Amino acid sequence: MTTEAIHDSHEHDDHHDHKMTGIKRWLYTTNHKDIGTLYLWFAFIMLLVGGALAMGIRAELFQPGLQLMEPDFFNQLTTVHGLIMVFGAIMPAFTGFANWMIPMMIGAPDMALPRMNNWSFWILPFAFAILLSSFFMDSGAPNFGWTFYAPLSSTYSNGSTAFFVFAVHIMGVSSIMGAINVIVTIMNMRAPGMTYMKMPLFVWTFFITAYLLIAVMPVLAGVVTMLLTDTYFGTSFFDAAGGGDPVMFQHIFWFFGHPEVYIMILPAFGIVSTIIPAFARKRLFGYSSMVYATASIAFLSFIVWAHHMFTTGMPLFGELFFMYCTMLIAVPTGVKVFNWVATMWRGSMSFEVPMLFSIAFVILFTIGGFSGLMLAMTPIDFQYHDTYFVVAHFHYVLVTGSLFSIFAGTYYWLPKWTGNMYSDKLSKAHFWCSLISVNLLFFPMHFLGLAGMPRRIPDYALQFADFNMWVSIGGFAFGLSQLIFLAVVIKCIKGGEKAEAKPWDGAEGLEWTVPSPAPYHTFETPPKID
Amino acid sequence: MTTKKYETYYVPAQSHWPIVGAVALFLIAVGAANYVTDIKNAESGFGGYILIAGIALVIYMMFGWFNNVINESMSGKYSHQMDNSFRQGMSWFIFSEVMFFAAFFGALLYARTFAVPWLGGDGNNAMTGQVLWPEFTAQWPLIKTPDGTETTGMGWYGLPLINTILLLTSSVTAHFAHVALEQEKRGLLKFWLGLTVALGLAFLYCQGLEYAHGYADEMKLYLTSGIYGNTFYMLTGFHGMHVTLGTIMLIVMLIRVFKGHFTPKNHFAFQAASWYWHFVDVVWVMLFVFVYIL
Ligand code: HEM
Ligand SMILES: [Cu+2]
Repeated sequence: MTTEAIHDSHEHDDHHDHKMTGIKRWLYTTNHKDIGTLYLWFAFIMLLVGGALAMGIRAELFQPGLQLMEPDFFNQLTTVHGLIMVFGAIMPAFTGFANWMIPMMIGAPDMALPRMNNWSFWILPFAFAILLSSFFMDSGAPNFGWTFYAPLSSTYSNGSTAFFVFAVHIMGVSSIMGAINVIVTIMNMRAPGMTYMKMPLFVWTFFITAYLLIAVMPVLAGVVTMLLTDTYFGTSFFDAAGGGDPVMFQHIFWFFGHPEVYIMILPAFGIVSTIIPAFARKRLFGYSSMVYATASIAFLSFIVWAHHMFTTGMPLFGELFFMYCTMLIAVPTGVKVFNWVATMWRGSMSFEVPMLFSIAFVILFTIGGFSGLMLAMTPIDFQYHDTYFVVAHFHYVLVTGSLFSIFAGTYYWLPKWTGNMYSDKLSKAHFWCSLISVNLLFFPMHFLGLAGMPRRIPDYALQFADFNMWVSIGGFAFGLSQLIFLAVVIKCIKGGEKAEAKPWDGAEGLEWTVPSPAPYHTFETPPKID
Repeated sequence: MTTKKYETYYVPAQSHWPIVGAVALFLIAVGAANYVTDIKNAESGFGGYILIAGIALVIYMMFGWFNNVINESMSGKYSHQMDNSFRQGMSWFIFSEVMFFAAFFGALLYARTFAVPWLGGDGNNAMTGQVLWPEFTAQWPLIKTPDGTETTGMGWYGLPLINTILLLTSSVTAHFAHVALEQEKRGLLKFWLGLTVALGLAFLYCQGLEYAHGYADEMKLYLTSGIYGNTFYMLTGFHGMHVTLGTIMLIVMLIRVFKGHFTPKNHFAFQAASWYWHFVDVVWVMLFVFVYIL
């Protein structure tokens, strides 16, 4: 079926770019590109806020002994840092990519439900305002870790739990609406001829991620609701004295939590799978195996959650089941890494900044995958659990994985978004500074963890002092490097060499058939797909 | 294909309703958080007022937003494809609701199959039973918790059974209403839809009776009565809230039917409300089996 988009407009004129001016344009917008931009800027601001909290953590850990803050405040920093990075930086950044790119990649005029799209963005800043405001309350901010295990967050919480719970509810509502929009857009608005197996892999990964979101965000809502009633209304879901079980909290939380980590990595796979073929100037190796690998990772992610709970004293069968299932995930993940490498194999590669970040992604994400495999082995995890080894693991997959893919994607599509090329020099500086400092920051954490340094403690034994100092230096350097990124983006928006419609000669996809910057409305009549 | 006239996909203009809705959610969250915090600290504050303001604003937003949508739909701006977007959006929303209930059913099943037996010393937890709460016996319904709170189990006959019959019947009448709509029999449509609403209200009334019964002194079944009371009231309570919402949706549909809205081909809102109704019905059947009978 062929469709033509009708854009309604309050001004009722024939003039095409009917955007409003000033702040109203952003508050009332129903345009997927505007909303994508909002998501991306919001995510970047949250990255800086969460980063500032991390600087606080690393400053405290620069030297052994309690240096700068009370342990309770340290706990607040780690908790809010984690929450902000997960729900405020990584997830909204990916939703920003989804908004900008999916309609352009499938030849749709906009997202399927544009007003709801606006709503799902604008509730986010409010949610984080609530979360952050708790820093200024008597109770202080949440201090129970981003995983908010009961009873730390119920019986022993400092009184900010309700604010945390309702903030999470709003974030969940936002994610669910965003995911519904992605699913409906992809199912219903592909240009004629764009069959599922002709969709760019990018679109596939966001499609599957959206399913993960609508399946597990409601479970998160359920678990925070039980936490709320346990804390404020006298229920005992997570209290053995009333017949409940604190371990049950962990089961429900991680049933959400593990798919959640894939929510944060599958879109990264999609971005990297777009960029590597473009700069290797070859088709993506094994497209359909990539699709199936993504789907099987998503499926498996529902049956591995208790690998976060090996030390809770589960029955032996549980320990074994979750160990084997977890190791099974390495298979489809391995397929992906293999395909990326095979795509590069004998390609005529060039190393523009998006490619640099993507190659770094492949290598460093794989390191994170390997440490994950180590953690997946139950008896080994007994040793590593709750040490810096875990911290090293998830920062390799999340920072050098998810975040690096976000950088890669931003550089790749900045010309399309702004119409200008970014500064090559500055962006390379950003890449190299980030690459070196991030490894200085996270690699020694492996050794600290293997040697037994526990996570989430503001003080440590003297033998860990040297490594921690280097880690902190790496941390400050990585934080500062992101200011270069800010500079590159602002410079690129302001001006620079004009970008062609398709600035990368090896790039493929419908988004490169429209001019740069992409017009306010694209594909009002669907493109022809052969 | 080339000669075929294009169908259109309607992309709405800028709208101020979403930001109104965002402010409303903000007020609800801030209000509710302050409210429960104040209750817990036995203080009085203005959280409740903020909460009410937020709810009022959400209702206002819904009126405005849906009004826009209805007008657009009635003026024929929506194509078949647009209708599909709404349908798919609604079905995935219902799916997410299913997962919300799944969390609570999961808690119920976990408590019954693992937590309570383990507290009684099952599996490798013999010492838990002996050292912590030697008096405790594992059973379901858990009428005496480890810390000694006592309560009574709610049977499945009587009100719950009546409620099951009410809701199941209402699902059938909702379906008849839909058939009548598609066959353009407006009189029958009004009858069946009105009956569905009445059955929904009757269900809610009985649910209220049942709660009153539970909270009476003979049963002492409270929200705070240990894991049995927790799961009982949270599951039936959230279900009841969904029935309330579904009934409101159906009432709105009834009003629209009386205003002459909907055609045999074009009635997404009606369809959405009836899907939602079938969904709360299915959840009830699950509840009836897992909360009441088993
Ligand atoms: C090869 C695949 C992976 C395996 C086998 C794996 C395995 C594990 C295991 C066993 C743990 C628990 C460690 C412990 O607490 O003792 C863990 C923690 C974690 N993983 Fe992974 N993982 C994998 C990939 C990922 C990915 C792709 C992400 C995110 C993008 C991720 C994010 C996390 C996070 C955030 C934690 C820590 C949660 C916390 O306790 O705060 N993992 N992983
Ligand atoms: Cu996991």
